[in-house]
Amino acid sequence: MAKTIEIPKIMQGCNPHGCCAGCGHGIATRIIYEVIEEMGLERTAIAFHDLACGSNMVFAQKGNAFSGAHGRAIPTATGYKRIRPDSLVFTYAGDGATYNIGMQHTVHTALRDENITAIVVNNTTFGMTGGQMSATSTIGQKTTSSPAGRDRKKNGNPVSIENLYGGMDIAYLARGSVDSVPNINKTKAMIKKAFEKQMAGEGFTYIEILAPCPTNWGLTPIEAQKRIQNELLAVYPVGEFIDR
Amino acid sequence: MLKEIICAGFGGQGIITTGILISYCAFETGSQFTWYPSYGSEMRGGTANCTIKVSDEEIASPLAKEIDILVGMSGPAIDKFVGSIRPGGYLFVNSSLVKDKTYRDDINVVMVDTEALAKEADNPKGANMVMIGALVKHTGIMSLEGTGAAIEKYFTEHGKAKFNEANQRALKIGYEKC
Amino acid sequence: MAERAIMKGNEALAEAAIREGCRFFSGYPITPQTEILEYLSWRMDEVGGTLIQTEDELTGLHMAMGASIAGGRVLSTSSGPGFALFHEGLSYLTGFDVPAVIVDVQRAGNACGDIGASQGDYEEVVHGGGNGDSQFIVLTPGSVQEQVDMVAEAYELAEKYQNPTIILSDAILGQMMEGIVLPDMKEHDIDALDIPAIIRPLDENLSNPKRYYSPPLIGLNAYAEIWKNKWDIIRETEQQWENVQVADADVVCVAYGISSRVCKEAVKKARAKGIKLGLIRLKTAWPFPVKAFEEVNPDVKGYLSVEMNIKGQVVPDIKLAIKCAKPVYGYFSIVDVHDSDKVIELAESIIAGTAEEV
Repeated sequence: MAKTIEIPKIMQGCNPHGCCAGCGHGIATRIIYEVIEEMGLERTAIAFHDLACGSNMVFAQKGNAFSGAHGRAIPTATGYKRIRPDSLVFTYAGDGATYNIGMQHTVHTALRDENITAIVVNNTTFGMTGGQMSATSTIGQKTTSSPAGRDRKKNGNPVSIENLYGGMDIAYLARGSVDSVPNINKTKAMIKKAFEKQMAGEGFTYIEILAPCPTNWGLTPIEAQKRIQNELLAVYPVGEFIDR
Repeated sequence: MLKEIICAGFGGQGIITTGILISYCAFETGSQFTWYPSYGSEMRGGTANCTIKVSDEEIASPLAKEIDILVGMSGPAIDKFVGSIRPGGYLFVNSSLVKDKTYRDDINVVMVDTEALAKEADNPKGANMVMIGALVKHTGIMSLEGTGAAIEKYFTEHGKAKFNEANQRALKIGYEKC
Repeated sequence: MAERAIMKGNEALAEAAIREGCRFFSGYPITPQTEILEYLSWRMDEVGGTLIQTEDELTGLHMAMGASIAGGRVLSTSSGPGFALFHEGLSYLTGFDVPAVIVDVQRAGNACGDIGASQGDYEEVVHGGGNGDSQFIVLTPGSVQEQVDMVAEAYELAEKYQNPTIILSDAILGQMMEGIVLPDMKEHDIDALDIPAIIRPLDENLSNPKRYYSPPLIGLNAYAEIWKNKWDIIRETEQQWENVQVADADVVCVAYGISSRVCKEAVKKARAKGIKLGLIRLKTAWPFPVKAFEEVNPDVKGYLSVEMNIKGQVVPDIKLAIKCAKPVYGYFSIVDVHDSDKVIELAESIIAGTAEEV
């Protein structure tokens, strides 16, 4: 018999989120709150959202959330966690927030092995400002600020977390994706593991989630999922890189 | 009565501590004080100095243009500040280090052989105690008893009570022999 | 019993923060503020608090904001070039009604400038600081004792109005020592305050509805009303100043911080010479103590703004306070602290009508 998974209660009765059709944020947020509900942490969990598309998800749930400055979700979450160490504290930000403007915070938070969870939704572009190049835009990817395609010499190389953080002494580093049901389930398991580690006080947990941005990629929702499968998964493979 | 004091010397000579001790003695004996250091690039080597003002009334500015007392622990420090001493003021010269200098004749110059006297007190690190002893005797800005008690309290509070006896010996020798 | 101590201004401020229940500091070293960070780096351990030496000042303020949202009493401090990086966080603190106490131990000059004392950040802190309509309560201590007392006041104001409060100090006040009386140790209850800016409480018990608003939810127009009302109330009720012999004065100095101490000396010296000099010492720079000017001799010949910067940053506030009814003169300097004799000389030339207005 088919099993129906209910929308987490914490997300019921909210306005529909303001993201475009085919956007990956809805799925990412949904599985995060499924995990929170399964763990019974609705009351102590608090999300620190970055600005831009990710912050739309603030309105898609009724739990505690704070949406601060662009790129600064991670330090803000750190301050909160230090005062209330029993809370489940996670950040929800994009690739631009985490790898462009907020890179110094991400690196230093990893060096401090801060006991919070960073969730980075990587759609290889700046979504809200209209599809500019981000730190994870792939070589050759056409964006509104790299119209001829990202060029290594001109624009530098994209960033990969396994290379950047792979050698760091942190509790957990993984990449998931929302392109398919198996990957969505895998990603949900990663989130659960990260949250469990945080609640056990094990240190910094970090998950990147590949997500489609059909609008700014100039693709239909289905084509956008295909881009992840055919192109991005080769550059940004799904997997656990650190599990301390 | 407002007294304006500068302690100056090489970095590492205990200038800042001497200034703090004078301030602390003033504080403990019921006077108002301000203490202001030179800081930053002058912290290591070069000259170090601090300005102390002691008064029985509220002190306005912590900075001094003219001073009543200069505690000069090194030659360059004396050269830098000797001109600021008011006529009739005091210059305390660390004569263990500063020799063969001629001084203004409108000020009181007190030679303090800090090294020899500290050794005599069996407290080789007590040069600043000797200096404070000499300063108390000649300027009378604080009583010897009050100063002795304040210094003892200061070092006890800072976990250095074991130096109390040696410090009192150095303070007394400075007072008696300069 | 109240505890007497001798301490540097920076350390006294840090100790006062601990005693007021601050258990979170995040910031970055910069002269002449560093003693605050250094002092708290061991003192926080003693009281079970947290100190994070952050990767930059941007982080320092955002981290403090996170800790404040959690209900803690927080502190972040900097100087000049470091304070410039606070602006983003300051705007967010204001925008989300997050209380925080922030300190600027002013140093000289623009850019890297010089580590000497200055009052060059007045415009930045009082009239600027953060994008959009941001406004902070600004306290200006004039002694090491006020470096202590104003910490308690800053926390009270920050929490009362849910608005960042800045203590605008300077290198001399930070570095100098004086005898002080320290307050008793207080514990701060992190649940005592409503947690601000929790956007959607799960139920009424999680967050107080009056703290429920934030710009994205109620809209900027509605929020503008809230901010304006708040700032109007602060402007009316929180002015603080100290007037020294202004009722009969021919010339009144206006100054704060270290400059106000030089002016106090000048007033004393001038009065001994028969010159009727007075002083308005600002204890709050915002709200600007407009009411202080009502106590001044109506026949005063003019005001002398004594401040440590190039432009004369307090002058426009004085002119507004007196509605340009009297001439305003300036004695500005950077790095070099003012000379009380020069203050008197200027006062004499103002009385003689030979001084030049700003």
